[in-house]
Amino acid sequence: MSDASPPLRYDLSIIESWITPGSRVLGLGCGDGELLAALKHRKQVVETGIEIDEALVARCIQRGLTVVQGDINEEVKDYPDGFFDYVICSQTLQQAYDPKAIIGEMLRVGKCAVVSFPNFCHWRIRFQMMASGHVPRTRELPFEWYDTPNIRVLSLKDFRRFAKEVGFTILKEAAINTQDMGNSGTEVRLLPNIRATYGIYLIGR
Amino acid sequence: MQKDHAEEPAGKEFYTLEGPVTLENGHHLPEVTVAYETWGHLNADKSNAILICHAMTGDSHAAGIKGAHGQAPGWWETMVGPGKGIDTDTYFVICSNILGGCMGTTGPSSINAVTGTPYGTDFPVVTIHDMVQVQAALMDHLGIQRLHAVIGGSVGGMQVLSWCKNYPERVGSAVALATTMRHSALSIAFNEVARQSIISDPHWSNGHYYGGEKPAMGLSVARMVGHITYLSDEAMRSKFGRRLQHRDEFSFDFDDEFQVESYLHYQGAKFVDRFDANSLLYITKAADYFDIEPGFRENGALKRLAESRCPMLVVSYTSDWLYPTYQNREIVGLMKRHGVDVSFCEIEASCGHDAFLLPSDRLTTLLTGFLGKERHV
Repeated sequence: MSDASPPLRYDLSIIESWITPGSRVLGLGCGDGELLAALKHRKQVVETGIEIDEALVARCIQRGLTVVQGDINEEVKDYPDGFFDYVICSQTLQQAYDPKAIIGEMLRVGKCAVVSFPNFCHWRIRFQMMASGHVPRTRELPFEWYDTPNIRVLSLKDFRRFAKEVGFTILKEAAINTQDMGNSGTEVRLLPNIRATYGIYLIGR
Repeated sequence: MQKDHAEEPAGKEFYTLEGPVTLENGHHLPEVTVAYETWGHLNADKSNAILICHAMTGDSHAAGIKGAHGQAPGWWETMVGPGKGIDTDTYFVICSNILGGCMGTTGPSSINAVTGTPYGTDFPVVTIHDMVQVQAALMDHLGIQRLHAVIGGSVGGMQVLSWCKNYPERVGSAVALATTMRHSALSIAFNEVARQSIISDPHWSNGHYYGGEKPAMGLSVARMVGHITYLSDEAMRSKFGRRLQHRDEFSFDFDDEFQVESYLHYQGAKFVDRFDANSLLYITKAADYFDIEPGFRENGALKRLAESRCPMLVVSYTSDWLYPTYQNREIVGLMKRHGVDVSFCEIEASCGHDAFLLPSDRLTTLLTGFLGKERHV
């Protein structure tokens, strides 16, 4: 019955390690609930997810998770101030129409927030663009310009500057190198903006 | 484990409440009998009971699996039974007829002890809350303090919300399907057309028609209005379109020549045989009065639901225009604002409000997962 112990994707396992057991967690764009289910079973969190796709919502509810179907911009609004200990937005910020508003709402309903996204200034992307003259297509962002759901691209540096401009605090940062959304990966300490495929941030007001 | 129900004769059971029932409007009903059916077995600590609240013209016969033979299928046959979405191998399932109805529970066609004749319109106006307080008395009678879940769609969903508001300590979890937290002007309007159709039938006789001819035409037209609200533009287009019934050309008269007309006439005529016109007046009125919000916060129920982490599931259907998705979302919003553990899913369906009664793998999946929530931990 329980789907407690499948190995978690590497980036999600980093997020999992940051979450205090027993806390209240909101997952924005939670997909099929892989991370929320892991947090519920392994960290005993009280979970809520928001997901727009009916089939994914059904999968979440089927595995016993609390999930609201809808657009993250709208659905995050009703929750009371500071209701959640963590609000997680994993691999979704690059698809958000108004990232500033989302981050604002995340830090209103949550005491802190976790944001992760693919790093668009990884060396392979820089190289591909120079060499081919095409907009890059990578394993992390495997779409053509005309069919990509990722309406904005950013680097780790961009996010740090964004934090200063918008006025939130970066409490923790993990620059990671992981391939094909797999279970293994490494943290990148040297030249992260060039060498990391993803950035994960714990942020606060 | 309880005795084996399978050996008992199938069918309805009856319970007469002890003492009069005080209604929300202050009136008293001296005697109330409630008709109900059950499936499955109540476990030793009485923690596996699920109450199903039926919709406007439904009844307690949610499933026909109880008896060995001769049982007509129930109105939720596809969802209730062994191994189904509401699994009677796991849960003890109860469905009772609502107060004001005509399927065995006290209503306008019941005998008024004072006069010895049917109440008719001397029956007091009842509310959704009144229906629920009768259900709560039945739960007392069955020895069930706390329900594992209360589940209902449409007017049944309103009862679910009323349970949450008036008996939060008795609700272990709640499922509200295709419903609303307050009846909209559109819904009231449809109901009023249905009521006026009955009231303007010459056989209605101010509601005292029992023993004489029934207001069949009025009730039948009322049902036709109802069926329009249960379908959708899309459903009617694909089901009937502009197709003609039993003819190839227009007849240029007022017979039912379009298929959709024929369908409505059939539904209307069929309904007259099984439903009481006065009951439709009372139940539509109860739905029209329904607004869950006043007092929900003030009586502490929302806080209590949040603190007890009572999980709630709201489900809407894309083509439902009687209780559209936005109205179901209002319930979700209310629960979220007060910290209640609420899930929501909007199911893609073309068949309108009726969708919640039709076989649906999606809803089965949702209910199975939701009802077994605690087993996932």
